[in-house]
Amino acid sequence: MRVKSCIRAVGTVALTSLLLAGCAGTDEPENPGTPPRVRVITTQQYLNTVGNVFGSSVSMDMKFPPLRRTDGLLANGAALAGVTAGKIETFQRAASSIAAQVVAPERRNYLIPCTPADEKKADPECAKQFFAQTGRLLHRRKLSEEELGKYVTSASQAADQLKDFYAGVELTLESMLISPEVLFIVESSDEKPDKNGTRKLDAYSLASRLSFFLWDAGPDDMVLTAAEKGELDSERGLRKVVDAMLASPRLEDGMRAFFDDMLGFDDFDALSKDPTVYPFFTGATAADAREQTMRTIVDHLIHKQEDYRELFTTRETFMSPALAPLYQIPASRGWTEYTFPEDSPRQGLLTQVSFVALRAHPGRSSPTLRGKALRERLLCQVVPPPPPNVDFGKLENPDAHYKTQRERVAVHLEDPACAGCHKITDPMGLALESFDGAGRFRTEENGAVIDTSGELDGVHFTDVVGLGKALHDNPALPSCLVDRLYSYGSGGAAKPSDRPLLKYYTAEFQKSGYKLPEILRTITLSDAFRHVTEVKKVTSNEWHGPTEEIVIDEQLPTTTTVDASSSSHIQTVALTNSHDKN
Amino acid sequence: MSKLTRRTVLRGVVGGAAVNVALPLLNCMLNTNGTAFADGKPLPVRFGTWGWGLGMTQSIFVPKKFGADFDLPEEITALAPIKQHINLITNTQAFRDNYQNLCHYTGWVIARTGAAPKDTKDIPGETIDVTIANQIGGGTRFKSLTATATGDVRNTYSYENSNTPNAPEWSPLQFYTRLFGPDFPDPNAKTFTPDPRIMVRRSVLSGVMDQTKSLMQTVPADDRARLDQYFTGLRHLEQQFQQRLEKPEPIEACVRPGEIKVDPAMGQEAEAIRVRHEMMTQLMVMALACDQTRVFNMAYTNANSSTIKPGYEKPHHTTTHEEPVDNKLGYQPTASWFTRRAMESWAYFVDAFTKVKEGNGTLLDNVFIMATTDHGYARVHSLDHIPIFTAGRAGGQVRTGLHIDGKGTTGCRVGYTALRLMGVDKPSWGVNSNNTSQEIGEILVSRLS
Repeated sequence: MRVKSCIRAVGTVALTSLLLAGCAGTDEPENPGTPPRVRVITTQQYLNTVGNVFGSSVSMDMKFPPLRRTDGLLANGAALAGVTAGKIETFQRAASSIAAQVVAPERRNYLIPCTPADEKKADPECAKQFFAQTGRLLHRRKLSEEELGKYVTSASQAADQLKDFYAGVELTLESMLISPEVLFIVESSDEKPDKNGTRKLDAYSLASRLSFFLWDAGPDDMVLTAAEKGELDSERGLRKVVDAMLASPRLEDGMRAFFDDMLGFDDFDALSKDPTVYPFFTGATAADAREQTMRTIVDHLIHKQEDYRELFTTRETFMSPALAPLYQIPASRGWTEYTFPEDSPRQGLLTQVSFVALRAHPGRSSPTLRGKALRERLLCQVVPPPPPNVDFGKLENPDAHYKTQRERVAVHLEDPACAGCHKITDPMGLALESFDGAGRFRTEENGAVIDTSGELDGVHFTDVVGLGKALHDNPALPSCLVDRLYSYGSGGAAKPSDRPLLKYYTAEFQKSGYKLPEILRTITLSDAFRHVTEVKKVTSNEWHGPTEEIVIDEQLPTTTTVDASSSSHIQTVALTNSHDKN
Repeated sequence: MSKLTRRTVLRGVVGGAAVNVALPLLNCMLNTNGTAFADGKPLPVRFGTWGWGLGMTQSIFVPKKFGADFDLPEEITALAPIKQHINLITNTQAFRDNYQNLCHYTGWVIARTGAAPKDTKDIPGETIDVTIANQIGGGTRFKSLTATATGDVRNTYSYENSNTPNAPEWSPLQFYTRLFGPDFPDPNAKTFTPDPRIMVRRSVLSGVMDQTKSLMQTVPADDRARLDQYFTGLRHLEQQFQQRLEKPEPIEACVRPGEIKVDPAMGQEAEAIRVRHEMMTQLMVMALACDQTRVFNMAYTNANSSTIKPGYEKPHHTTTHEEPVDNKLGYQPTASWFTRRAMESWAYFVDAFTKVKEGNGTLLDNVFIMATTDHGYARVHSLDHIPIFTAGRAGGQVRTGLHIDGKGTTGCRVGYTALRLMGVDKPSWGVNSNNTSQEIGEILVSRLS
């Protein structure tokens, strides 16, 4: 109950804050929160964080290996993903590239807050200033004196060795950028669990949870300062920070990342159309189709703060020169706002190229792929995979002369093994037959007029505009967004026991008029979002340390010419605690 | 256990001293059989995998004759130039036991892990290349290398566990840069100038390892295992730094390939995949010749292959299911067209290893490659009559040029054979019905006498 959070709040804030926080009258159900997560940072989170710390001119052109989609989201895979040697190598190369850019002569003057007394020598004071400031942002918390001391010592030793202050900073920064504290987002609590085994996330963990959720980046100075001052512990303080985060332009980064994930737009990376069937559909078309949908979402949900459900009926969007021919409209220069005419079949996200072309075959449309994507991506339903040992050959019987997809997929319904699933994908997919496999509008297929009538969960319609309206009114549409947002923000799939909580969020979403910033506020201010369950930690008896360790002799003398045949081996490999890796 | 003793260690690297380099590896340095160095150190034996999607058409793929003089039916005529270098084991099975037949998943997962997956997120154990890399991959610059010709970073057959895929190299340009870019330790370089910055890097890395150890003590057990994996990766990175401080031994066969400056066209057309596969193959083969790794994986396509034949509206996977059987031909012509392209690329892959001279023979003499797919007849998702290829002679341990009847036994026998050849000491491999302690004896030289 919300009363619970009020009682918690009494301990930390004054009564006036409590009243301002508006605890009374809400009915968040009891929920123990999620397990504390240990998430691996994603490529985009790393890039956004680096951009926020060092500016957007510092960049990298490599991608970390992708996460495995779990319960509808790639983000859910971050709390499970392991890190291979190959992935660490990628992290290291990224770190090396970024560190070199930071200390480059053209950037060092503004990215390093001081100038060394002598560039050829160590300058611990200057290094300390840099690492205290940068380390706090990269570690997402203030470094302890001991931690800071280690970085400074490392930078000084490297500077002495290489006779270059900036090289010392560079190589130490490189190591910081591959620190597990930077690459893993570790959540913890400094509270003892209550009788339900629930604990409040500590302020830094909450700061990171908020920031990666809303901004897809680590917390900035404002959020960290709030955490350090204990502001995140109070309802009022937290609300102030959340409001500021929702008002920040970084919210766009965060919501772009979320919707790209929810809509499965990673599939764009492998999208390919048959050039002989759709010669006009190029890589640029695909990239712009993805961007068009992102711009529509950001404008509709963040700039205009409109009803989420209207994303599926809106005629407003953005157009680029690469997309204009597909939409059969005149091209303009660059990206421009565009509103389709009232009688246009282009209404809502389902009718954008990003949906109808991505969910199609290389050379033709696919009612089944479209229906499946609608069910799985937008309504959070699971369509079972096709059964094995089914003869699909009837779908293209050369004697049948099926002209339209409707006739072809009707065969699915003749076979009971197929019919079960196809009944839940094809009827709404067929309404999208107004668009070919590349997303162009059409009214005929092989000379036959396309019948675009269909049905979604008992609501019948005659065309794609009707489908958009049916989707708009489908209760699963907003509840699916809520489910995905909570999973995404809290770092893992929701459990069946979270149902009352999700129902509460959905009701709040409805009350707000289905406005995205409002549901983000509801989730981030909820008790459940701020609490974690107790997990068994490793006790000292169970603690074995890492599996293997290489001991390398550090005593290498200075320059010499080497005769390879006579060099002695000075490395030894020691197994301190072997596991059978096989 | 990893050993770092193969390479010699420089005494004194700070300051970047130029270093004299010995002559490249010449045949005179080898023993009389050309199978080992003159000092008795054997040429390394490597292990690799190759994967293609969607099986084959039995009537036009499976040779009628068994043994050494087997025929090449029309779907595999492309294998003629490499026939003497490969073995084809047909009629193997993947046993799903009590689990569902997960279309385009169960088959390859069993071939690579020895166990049936319970759902499409499950990888029920590390894949065979990981097991072998733990055995033989510890001393080289890369423990293993994985690539795909599809251009899609999600397409891999190599997993440490369900949540830890070994992501493939998908861009020839990036693969080139990783292998032969500025960090490449050219073993035949005229001079060797160690980079003092590498020594600093190695030194600061110890701080990162300390942080990892500390962090491991604060997290739950499952996450500790992930951090342990991270720590192992840091160790490998440390080893890479160390190796870059050492003058590598010359290798005659190692020639840095011409620089790749741009990626080929992306896309899923069969031709684009062929081109990408050839570029990836050339890089992979040279990485092996330069002893940068001893374990490698190449995915020609993923199991659920979405390769396109221009002018045909459906991709490969959909074609196998929806294309009718041509009554005259007796098979699905377009589906077979895709399999033929796969076989051409498999032939290219194997042949590329024969182009590198090593000792008295070629690189192919010192590798063992296992090529697997996901189904027998993909049209009906069959898990029987699955073909598996091997290529190479594993340092003289393997006979090639044979067609072998698997007699409906588990295809994991090929994996078990590979494990034994690579020195992994296991009494058996596989789970439940896929468990086997029976090698493919016909291909083992040791069984001849």
